[in-house]
Amino acid sequence: SRGRRVRSLSRTLVRRWSRGKPDGAGETRWSRGNQMEQGKPDARGKPDTVTLIPGDGIGPEISSAVMKIFEAAKAPIRWEERNVTAIKGPGGRWMIPPDAKESMDRNKIGLKGPLKTPIAAGHPSMNLLLRKTFDLYANVRPCISIEGYKTPYTNVDLVTIRENTEGEYSGIEHVIVEGVVQSIKLITEDASRRIAEYAFEYARNNQRSSVTAVHKANIMRMSDGLFLRKCREVAEGYKDIKFTEMYLDTVCLNMVQDPTQFDVLVMPNLYGDILSDLCAGLIGGLGVTPSGNIGANGVAIFESVHGTAPDIAGLDMANPTALLLSAVMMLRHMGLHDYGNKIQTACFDTIRDKKVLTKDLGGNSKCSEFTADICRRIQDLD
Amino acid sequence: MINYIYIYIYNTLVTTYRLISMQLITYEMLMLQPPPAKYGGRHTVTLIPGDGIGPELLNHVKEVFRFSCVPVDFEVVHVNSALESEDDINNAITAIRRNGVALKGNIETNHTMAPSVKSRNNLLRTSLDLYANVMHCQSLPGVQTRHKNIDIMIIRENTEGEYSSLEHESVSGVVECLKIITRNNSLRIADYAFRLAREKGRSRVTAVHKANIMKLGDGLFLQCCREVASGYPDITFDSMIVDNTTMQLVSKPQQFDVMVMPNLYGNVVSNVCAGLVGGPGLVPGANYGRDYAVFETATRNTGKSIAGRNIANPTAMLLAGCMMLDHLRLYDYASMIRNAILTTMNETRLHTADIGGQGTTSEVVQSIMRNIQSKGPLTTDL
Repeated sequence: SRGRRVRSLSRTLVRRWSRGKPDGAGETRWSRGNQMEQGKPDARGKPDTVTLIPGDGIGPEISSAVMKIFEAAKAPIRWEERNVTAIKGPGGRWMIPPDAKESMDRNKIGLKGPLKTPIAAGHPSMNLLLRKTFDLYANVRPCISIEGYKTPYTNVDLVTIRENTEGEYSGIEHVIVEGVVQSIKLITEDASRRIAEYAFEYARNNQRSSVTAVHKANIMRMSDGLFLRKCREVAEGYKDIKFTEMYLDTVCLNMVQDPTQFDVLVMPNLYGDILSDLCAGLIGGLGVTPSGNIGANGVAIFESVHGTAPDIAGLDMANPTALLLSAVMMLRHMGLHDYGNKIQTACFDTIRDKKVLTKDLGGNSKCSEFTADICRRIQDLD
Repeated sequence: MINYIYIYIYNTLVTTYRLISMQLITYEMLMLQPPPAKYGGRHTVTLIPGDGIGPELLNHVKEVFRFSCVPVDFEVVHVNSALESEDDINNAITAIRRNGVALKGNIETNHTMAPSVKSRNNLLRTSLDLYANVMHCQSLPGVQTRHKNIDIMIIRENTEGEYSSLEHESVSGVVECLKIITRNNSLRIADYAFRLAREKGRSRVTAVHKANIMKLGDGLFLQCCREVASGYPDITFDSMIVDNTTMQLVSKPQQFDVMVMPNLYGNVVSNVCAGLVGGPGLVPGANYGRDYAVFETATRNTGKSIAGRNIANPTAMLLAGCMMLDHLRLYDYASMIRNAILTTMNETRLHTADIGGQGTTSEVVQSIMRNIQSKGPLTTDL
């Protein structure tokens, strides 16, 4: 009966994937730019609306810092603030508030601050809930060395694209007999193809030259073998981008010796989790790393991956860099590259100058001073 | 009433059995002796050349051992990785059962072959029940690295976890891979880690896991580690999630002492640490079981791209040979060869390409032998 239960679970997952396919065979809508070409209502010139989820702890401060900077840059973005604390919906299942869901479905783009998961609240982690609600299947983390923030590694410029829905984190575990536990790692054709397609599209849209698939197919022959096969198939359609495959251990070994050899990395869930945090560590930690989650139906939520830091909340000491760089990622995703570059240049110049840095970057200025400096630089750039 | 008495007796018996079996595990490990020397004081050791750089490096090991008059004879068993039949690897396993100790190069696994053709290295480890993989990463004084003063011992569970090779395709396009964690093996590896820490005078053991996501599997592993830790009050025990661990390793590796973890995280962490101390050519690794021990390089690379070009670094394989001599209780020979290797390592002109020099393998080996000749004891003294 355990075998039957497991099989029916897999069939449910297969059905769920096939429901979430984009319309038209092979057609994918990765950016608002594409949407506009297809004659969707958002015309150029009108400000785009973005759902803003400030989050908890230092979330509200860094969100307002980002809003101030965007105002200084005169970016055509209108913010819609929403709260995503879980509520119990009809049927007893936990869900995000309906106004938040409706806002995201309408705007398609979101920016999220850090969310806390209270331990005894009874509901699953908020990030997991968001992921399930919007089917956020790809987690993208560009890791670029920040010039003013010294780490032992220089000239890092790579992107990790991680499959975010299945793999080792499917959550299917059983106790077979007492003292023996089995965890199931699930790899499906559809999810692997989807993430591979996204990786190659991303590489093409961002002028990246190569995509490397990270796997352990020597040990997990069928599962990672399936993932690799799908990557190879998708690579056939993108001859302009170089495709290589590398074992996970070789990637780890080479990453800490010479990270400049990597460009775009695509991988299943667990390896992605480990590698994306490894790469974040190379450039200086989670406080300066941007991150984006891409979902089905054109939804994209960009977020900062650090914690809520309750000990410095409200003290104007937070570092808004992670959320700001995620917002820049969001601008690029929407096709507003000029604004994105302007804000990123101003931010990097401020950090390189080292005069107004927050405590975690090695200075002792306030968050508001840091923000004001960036705003001033943006206005000077104009 | 009688039923309650029976249940009580049964529970007591079960608990007692568990306590006794735990003690038996420890007793067995204390009784682990290397095999007795045969044939006039000389040991026989199985040698598996493997693929890639394995054969040439093992030839150098044989050369250095013969030069130093080490009383070890090698029984060479070839394993052809291109064949699908398992006869070769079974012969190797029989030879290791006979001799008790082996020194091996890595056997290549062609991951485009059918899933029924399992990884030969994995087969060897599981058949001989080599449950502990031990790797000692130390910063070598002569090698330039980004981080200094690293001294980490990594103990990795070597037989189960994600490497169980149990995979099936339940529905077309959906593959499941099973990760097995058992109480017995987790207790065994945790006990090994703590005993080794105590023996080497280490103060802290860190368990690396992902129990926030894989609650049952890694949760069981963590629970077993905690149980064993309670029996070693002189050693501090803490735990860390694997993605945070990799982030900490690339920013502050000096904080780690001894680390214990399941199979896949062990693969990632050991490769990261090997990269931190200078690369795959410097670190030896050992696989210990109850009755057998197999020594190899820590990162298990075949090195196909540098095979036959005389540029591979022989240090890892030679140090693995020294670990084997320590296991055979030939301590004098081991320290003599090890000192010669470390002295050679200090000369930058003799560094091989992987650590940034231009020396060849043969130059390094000649230098080591010259060192042994000048510093080692005279043959009349041995």
